[in-house]
Amino acid sequence: MTGLKPYFSALTLTMVLAACIALLPTFSAAVQPDEVLSDPVLEERARDLSQDLRCLVCRNENIDESNAELARDLRILVRERLVAGDSNTEVINFVVDRYGEYVLLRPTTTGANWLLWAAGPLMLLLALAMAGGYMRARGRDAGAEGETGLNDEEQARLDKILEQ
Amino acid sequence: MITELGHFALILAFMIAIVQMVVPLIGAQKRWPGWMAVAEPAAQAQFFFTAFAFGALVWAFVTSDFSLRLVTLNSHSAKPMLYKISGTWGNHEGSMLLWVLIVALFGALASVFGNGLPQTLKARVLAVQASIGVAFFAFILFTSNPFLRLSVAPFDGQDLNPLLQDPGLAFHPPFLYLGYVGLSMAFSFAVAALIEGRVDAAWARWVRPWTLAAWIFLTIGIALGSWWAYYELGWGGFWFWDPVENASFMPWLLAAALLHSAIVVEKREALKSWTILLAILAFGFSLIGTFIVRSGLLTSVHAFANDSERGIFILIILAFFTGGALTLFAARAQSMQARGVFGLVSREGALVTNNILLAVGCFVVFFGTLWPIVAEMAFDRKLSVGPPFFNAAFTPFMVLLGAALPIGAMMPWKRGKLRRTLYKLRYAFGLALALAVLAWAMQTGRSGLGPIGLFVGAWVVFGAAVDLWGRTGSLGRLSRLPRADWGKATAHAGLGVTIFAIAGLTAWEQEDIRVAQIGQPFTVGAYSLTLDSVERARGPNYFTTMGTVSVRSSGKDVAVLYPEKRDYPVAKMPTTEAAIDYRLLRDLYVVIGDQQDNGGWTVRTYIKPLANWIWGGCLLMALGGLLSLSDRRFRVAAGAGRGQAGTVKSTGVAAE
Repeated sequence: MTGLKPYFSALTLTMVLAACIALLPTFSAAVQPDEVLSDPVLEERARDLSQDLRCLVCRNENIDESNAELARDLRILVRERLVAGDSNTEVINFVVDRYGEYVLLRPTTTGANWLLWAAGPLMLLLALAMAGGYMRARGRDAGAEGETGLNDEEQARLDKILEQ
Repeated sequence: MITELGHFALILAFMIAIVQMVVPLIGAQKRWPGWMAVAEPAAQAQFFFTAFAFGALVWAFVTSDFSLRLVTLNSHSAKPMLYKISGTWGNHEGSMLLWVLIVALFGALASVFGNGLPQTLKARVLAVQASIGVAFFAFILFTSNPFLRLSVAPFDGQDLNPLLQDPGLAFHPPFLYLGYVGLSMAFSFAVAALIEGRVDAAWARWVRPWTLAAWIFLTIGIALGSWWAYYELGWGGFWFWDPVENASFMPWLLAAALLHSAIVVEKREALKSWTILLAILAFGFSLIGTFIVRSGLLTSVHAFANDSERGIFILIILAFFTGGALTLFAARAQSMQARGVFGLVSREGALVTNNILLAVGCFVVFFGTLWPIVAEMAFDRKLSVGPPFFNAAFTPFMVLLGAALPIGAMMPWKRGKLRRTLYKLRYAFGLALALAVLAWAMQTGRSGLGPIGLFVGAWVVFGAAVDLWGRTGSLGRLSRLPRADWGKATAHAGLGVTIFAIAGLTAWEQEDIRVAQIGQPFTVGAYSLTLDSVERARGPNYFTTMGTVSVRSSGKDVAVLYPEKRDYPVAKMPTTEAAIDYRLLRDLYVVIGDQQDNGGWTVRTYIKPLANWIWGGCLLMALGGLLSLSDRRFRVAAGAGRGQAGTVKSTGVAAE
C-alpha cells in the first residue's frame, strides 16, 4: 500500500486526470466479489465509507462506483483498516492523511468550510427576514389604504360575505 | 458546397442579429414605428438562416463528409444513422450552433405570436433576444466554428464517444437547450420591461407561457439525462450531483420559482421586482451552466471542451448579460409599484414561501458547486464537494417544500385561515401518515428516509387530489375545470410521485455482487437468477460480450435478460450495457463484469423499487405544465389584439 503515495502530489493531479481516460480500458468494474469482506457488518461500513471517498483519478465518482485501479486499491485499503479494528473516523483520517482533503466527498466543517455548511440555513433565515419585512409592509398597506380602500374590519366582513 | 453555404448563412444570421439588436431599440426609444417594425422580419430571417446553417451541418454529418474537421473528430461511417444525426450536437461546436438556433427560434416565435404586445415592448423584447444571439453567433464564429475544413480529408472519422451513442442521450441536449434558451425569453421580457419601466399583470401573462414552456423542456431534458445515467452509466444511479447536472438543475429550480411568482404578478400585481430579478437570475444560471460545461473549469463526464479561450469568452458573455441586467434592475426596480395587498397567511404568502425554498435550494446547489474553486483560490485548500454534501444540505429544503405544498396550494388569495385549510386536508394527511407508518413497520433496521419520503410524496399527491376535488365537489364538474387547475394538480402530483420514488429507491434498494458460474442459480431477494451462457458477438461499430441471465421467481419464469459489455474499437472505450427488467413496482437490474480466473463471471444484480416512478413523476410534472400552458387564458392572450398591435394593452386583468 505504501507504493500508492507517489500517486498523489499536487503536481501530478492534471496528469492523473488525463491518465484517467487511459486507465479506463484496464477495466475492473466497481466493487469486485473478491474484495467483499466475509463479515457483513464490516462490509456494510466499508460500503458506506466508500461512498464518501473520491476516486482521485476520476471525474466525479466515489471509489465505490469507480472502475479505476486506484479506486480498487483504496477500497481494499479501507477494508484492511476496518479489519484491523479502526473506527470509521480513524479510517477516514488515515485516508485523508495520505491523499489530502481532496479525497473527501463530504467536506469537513473545519476552517472556512463552516460557511459551506451554514450557507443554506443562513440564506433561509435571511430570506425569511426579508420576506417577513416585505409581507408586513404589504399587510400594513392593507390596513391603511388597500386597493379596495377597505380597512381590516370592513375587509373581514367582505371576506365573510364572499365566502358565503 | 452546402457546407460553405451553411457557413455563409451563419455569418448572415450574425449580421441580421446585429441589425435586430440595434435598430428596434433606437426605434422604441424615439417612437419611430418603421424602425421598430424591423424587429419582426429580422427575427424570422435570423431564424431562417441559422436553421439553414444547422441543416448544412446535419447534412455533413449524415453524409459523413470527413473534409469537415468536426465530422472527422466526432463521427464514423459505420455509425448508425440516428447517431450520425445526433452526433451533430454531441460535440462543442455543434451543440453551440443548436443553442443559437434555439435562441433564434424563440425570437422568431415571439415575433409571430407576439401580436398582442405593445409595439415598443415587442421591439425591445426582440432586440434583447437578438443581443443574446449576437453574443453567441460571435462566440461560434470566432472561437468554435463548426464549418472548418481539413486540407486533407481522412478516409474515416474518429467516432463519437460511445456513451453518447444512445437514443436517450440523442434527445437529451435538444430538450435541455430548449429549456435553457427558453428562459432567455423570460430574460428578454424582464430587461425590456425594465427599459420600458413598467411591469403589470399583462406583462406577467406574457412571460408566463414562455417560462412554462422552458420549464417543461428543462423537466423533460433533465429526466431524459437522469434516465440515461440510470441505464447507461453502470450501477443504476440516477443523480450524481455532478457539476454539469447541477448546471441544469439550478435553472430548473429558478424557473419553477419564476412560474409561481409570475402568478402573483398576474393575479395580484405584487412581487413585481422579485419576479423580474428571478427572470434575470434564471437565465443567468443557464449561462452559468453553459460556462461550467464549456470551460471545463469543473471537469466532469460531460465537459467535452476544455479550452480556456472559450471559457473566458463565455465568462464575458455571462458577466455582460447578468451584470448589465442586474445594473438595470438596480436602477429601475424601485419604479415597480406593487398594488395588491395581502396578509401573511394567504396564497400570496404561500407562493412567497415556495419562492424562498426553491431559491435557497438553488443557492445551496450553486454554493456547493462553486465551493471547491472558492476554497482553492481563497484558502488554498484542495477539496471536493460531493453527493453526501448535497444530499444532506439540499434535501431538507425539498422536504419542507413538500410539506408546505398542499397547504399553500389550497390557501385562498389575500387572506386565509390556516386551520380551515388544514381541516380540508385532514384525510390526505391521515392517509399519507398511515402509509408511512405501514412502511416503517414493514421495514426492519433500515433508515427513516424511506417512510419520511413516502409520507411527503403521498401527502403531496393526496393534497393535489383534495385540491382538485375541493374546487368542484362533484365528478361531473371536474371535467369543466379550467386546464390551469388540472395542470397545477397534475404537476404537483408529479412532484409528489418523484419524491416518493426517490425515497423508496434510496431506502429499499437491494444489491448483490458475486462471481456467477454458468448454470448455477443464485438468489437475490425473491428472485432466482441463472447465468445461462456468455457469448461474444459483433455489433455495427463495436464488439460485445453478452450474458444470458434467466430470472425465476417462486417457480415461474420472470424474464430473460441480456447484460452486455461493449468495446468500441475506434473510440477505444468500453461501456457496460445493463439489462433491465422494467416492472411497475420494481426494476431488476443486471450488469455483467469480467471473467474470473475460476471461469465464473462477475455479476451484479440490483432490485430497484419504484425506479420508474422517478421519471414517471417528471413526465407528470411536464404534462401538468403542458395542461397549464394550454389554458384558455393564454390562448386568449395570444390571440388578443391580433391585427391591432400597438394599441391593445392585452386583455383586462381581473384579480381573481
